[in-house]
Amino acid sequence: MSEILRNSTQECAAARLWGSENPVHAASPMTDTLLSLWLALAGGLLIGLSAAALMALNGRILGVSGITAGALGLTANDRGWRRAFLAGLGLGGLLLGLFSPQTLQVEQARSLPIYLVSGLLVGYGVRLSGGCTSGHGVCGLSRLSPRALLATLSFMGSAMLTVWVVKLVTVAAA
Amino acid sequence: MKAMLSAFILGLLFALGLGLSGMVQPSVVLAFLDVTGHWNPALMAVMAGAIGVTLPAYQWLFRRRRPLFEESFHLPTSERITLRLIVGSVLFGVGWGLSGYCPGAGLLAAAGAMPTAIVFSVGMLAGFYLFKRQEAPALSKPPLGDLP
Repeated sequence: MSEILRNSTQECAAARLWGSENPVHAASPMTDTLLSLWLALAGGLLIGLSAAALMALNGRILGVSGITAGALGLTANDRGWRRAFLAGLGLGGLLLGLFSPQTLQVEQARSLPIYLVSGLLVGYGVRLSGGCTSGHGVCGLSRLSPRALLATLSFMGSAMLTVWVVKLVTVAAA
Repeated sequence: MKAMLSAFILGLLFALGLGLSGMVQPSVVLAFLDVTGHWNPALMAVMAGAIGVTLPAYQWLFRRRRPLFEESFHLPTSERITLRLIVGSVLFGVGWGLSGYCPGAGLLAAAGAMPTAIVFSVGMLAGFYLFKRQEAPALSKPPLGDLP
């Protein structure tokens, strides 16, 4: 029974951070959901802190898609700081992969072609709209920009609709 | 040089925040997007935490003359609601809903050697180049004419 409960938990926040050897892994699903909410809030604060500091120091919007496109030379000329930012981001990913692989874990992975199609849509879409979750969602909303609000509502809405459709299709196929 | 160093450190800080928040795990994001299932509000908490810091910081910063390491703030100038803003966002949402990866999370997990995220990131960069090749100027016009 406890095994079933544990499996039904969508993700174990403690295990995500510290590895499955940690005794907190056995926490009940309820405490676990609460803990993951606190971690989400704490992670959000760090994201906010980096966005605020990038504006205070470099005078730049922290938008990952725009920074990446610029670093590839697809938009602006000033590639330097963009490449430095991406190097930091990449180092972060490397460290997480080495010391806390749970944070990158993929449950119920879809087939690889789905990830390719998803990437194509995301890549084309964010360039067309000029921003993604960080640029429009965090920085744009913080600038109180009506464009960012409309963009955020649009991608959240279409993403929710997509998840719903995928669920319908997979249930019908099962 | 200082600007490069700060960008590097803030990229790292952003990555750690994203990892801590759980947003690099597609299942957490998809559980937020799954409003008809076992809804998980974690992404709301991430947005609240991030905007809770960034919004007051921006309001305070924009009253100053310039950032520390640059001559001026670099802010988007366009305020027009265009068709490409809406169509682009909807396309992004469809892709996001398919995998649970947004650009930041995808690149981060790819750097952490997750095969799913590497495939996603290859697709995303291909999407960038595809857009660059065939930019659609017609979509740049406002859908309702110029708004007041």
